[in-house]
Amino acid sequence: MPAIQTAQQILDQVFLDMRAKLLEVAASLDRLDRAPGAEAVANDQRRQRIQKTLEILASQSGNRAEQLQLLFSDTYDEKWQRPGVRA
Amino acid sequence: MYYIDPHIHMVSRTTDDYERMARMGCVAMSEPAFWAGFDRGSVESFRDYFRQLTEFEPKRAAAVGIQHFTWLCINAKEAENVSLSREVIAMIPEFLDKPNVLGIGEIGLNKNTKNEAQIFWEHMELALKTDELILIHTPHLADKYKGTRMIVDMLLDDPRIKPERVLIDHVEEHTVKVARDHGFWCAMTLYPVTKCTPSRAVDIIEMVGDDKIMVNSAGDWGPSNPTAVPDLVQEMRRRGYSEAKIKKVVYDNPLEFFRQSKRFKFKDPA
Repeated sequence: MPAIQTAQQILDQVFLDMRAKLLEVAASLDRLDRAPGAEAVANDQRRQRIQKTLEILASQSGNRAEQLQLLFSDTYDEKWQRPGVRA
Repeated sequence: MYYIDPHIHMVSRTTDDYERMARMGCVAMSEPAFWAGFDRGSVESFRDYFRQLTEFEPKRAAAVGIQHFTWLCINAKEAENVSLSREVIAMIPEFLDKPNVLGIGEIGLNKNTKNEAQIFWEHMELALKTDELILIHTPHLADKYKGTRMIVDMLLDDPRIKPERVLIDHVEEHTVKVARDHGFWCAMTLYPVTKCTPSRAVDIIEMVGDDKIMVNSAGDWGPSNPTAVPDLVQEMRRRGYSEAKIKKVVYDNPLEFFRQSKRFKFKDPA
């Protein structure tokens, strides 16, 4: 089901909302950086993942949301042990 | 526009919510059994809960003109208690002839543990044995992708499973194709913070199409909005979709899935 709006129409609708959300992210990063203990948090896996999301956002791929979701996901092992018969 | 909320926990909501949903156009809802915010201690607690779902909530809903349907199970969050889970699974058939029961659900995984997988598998056995539809909860946040893959593995391992009789719920950008590529129905939950926003849900519909997909509020005792489905209707209108396209997602699709239940009787309000 392809989108029926043009890119121009979408941008007109979402610009202020995107601007607000990006500002929230920017302000949160600034708050982290100026807080005591910022150096230690830099090694926190969550902080590193957030940094990686910024690279994904800056990319030209068409599935940024899916990539972000996978970045924040646990690893799946296809050889996981399936349930057995009922005890 | 008339709509159906295919997943909402009305035992946690007020009569005001029922009235507000009716005013917004809700004509039917389905309420899966879930974790009520604390672990229950005995099978009798579940028997009472299933009576509430099959006797009391249909009356509350009918008072405002909404048809109420339900699903029965012990949810994944309580599945770590394997002996209690087995007692509940053994008791569920007592309620399977109640007129508003659509099937077994919402079963699934929460933290993707061995016990959860075992109890999921035993619920699946019950659904197959009794020829019931299956409604599946997928985990939250970081657990979702792994858990959804594990659930699909278990479903595909059993050749008796008919994908068109299974609904995989709470899909997002990274799990929608995992469910749809194997022919399962799927649903997106519209939540204020986690899961999907209405705009992301419409994005997903634009990317994967509007077949075998539906949306719900999953309204419960946590942060949630029982009138989230009308928010999606509004988002689709804002983007220029026809009323027929919107109706397919919020009305026709849930009906198509529910109609596979042998007990499903729906009074079309139109």
